[in-house]
Amino acid sequence: MNDVLIVLALSLVAAAATAAVLARDPVRQSTVLALLGLALALLFAVLQAPDVALSQLAVGSVLTPLMVLLSVRKVRRKGRADGRERDTGSAGQTGSAGEGERR
Amino acid sequence: MSRRVRMWVLVLGGLGVAALLFAASLDLPEFGGDRHPYGARAVEAALARHTANVVSAVNFDQRAFDTLGEESILFCAALGTVVLLRQTRDEHRVRPEPARVAPPVRRYALVALPVTLLIGLYVVAHGQLSPGGGFQGGVVVATALHLLYIAVDYRALERIRPVGLYATADAAGEAAYLLLGAAGLVAGTAYLTNFLPYGTFGTLASGGMVPLLNAAVGVEVAGGVVVLLASFLDQAVEIEDAAERTGPGETRHPAPPSPSEEKPT
Repeated sequence: MNDVLIVLALSLVAAAATAAVLARDPVRQSTVLALLGLALALLFAVLQAPDVALSQLAVGSVLTPLMVLLSVRKVRRKGRADGRERDTGSAGQTGSAGEGERR
Repeated sequence: MSRRVRMWVLVLGGLGVAALLFAASLDLPEFGGDRHPYGARAVEAALARHTANVVSAVNFDQRAFDTLGEESILFCAALGTVVLLRQTRDEHRVRPEPARVAPPVRRYALVALPVTLLIGLYVVAHGQLSPGGGFQGGVVVATALHLLYIAVDYRALERIRPVGLYATADAAGEAAYLLLGAAGLVAGTAYLTNFLPYGTFGTLASGGMVPLLNAAVGVEVAGGVVVLLASFLDQAVEIEDAAERTGPGETRHPAPPSPSEEKPT
């Protein structure tokens, strides 16, 4: 019974890790990373390491994906600044197109 | 030494390490077996020092110096983030517009916030008794505060999260660990060696210095993670490039942005 649980948790980790590698879009990747964190926490819990599982749960499935998401948002917004203003129809006073990507 | 000789030395050294590691792995206790040479010693030492959670005993008593290094890594990471993500001269702050929050999300987050906060504090306080400790509990406390961002908006989060205070807590936690270690020198033991009475096994006041070091790490981690997330959130929500600005005094979001964009959680 215990072996079955370990094998299940291990294959879950392997599947999540493979998905994290295969996902190319950073936003999707961060979601998959959270799932991988969850799977790892499960594995640690099954292997009777609740201390590690707890930190994995807190850091791996919440903190790291959140920081990835925030970084992606910051980086993306620079490129999107012009496009969004056109979308919302506001009087965009931004300079020439591509100014957002200058830095 | 020529390049060729150096490569040979490297290959030789690598092969030697590989051979030693392989030989050592043959002598490892079997996975899931009955023999736990390290575990047995650690458990014995933990019980002798009245610490019910053996992992905490290893972290904060038997190998407290290791934990000092680990704690300092987080401290330096938070420090580096603050320095790297600070507001530069060509950036300016924009007050974020309050976004509409779906009522179920708001209800759930507002209920979950105090519960999560309590669990985090519990995990820190009971580190010497049950799984967890300063590190895990600190992260849980820090993430609990950010539920307010999900439930209400960024301004509400900023109100309960004066970054300066948490940065001070971060530094104070780090300093407390160092000073507690040095207190051992004054009290007549060695650096980071226990000098307090061990207390009654299985109660909150057991384990000598373990609960104190735990609390120091809890304060440091909670402060560090809050500061870390604050720098990232500031960059993602508030700080903008000069190139991005639409004009002085004009809000950048004429229409409320979709929640998935405004709340990256």
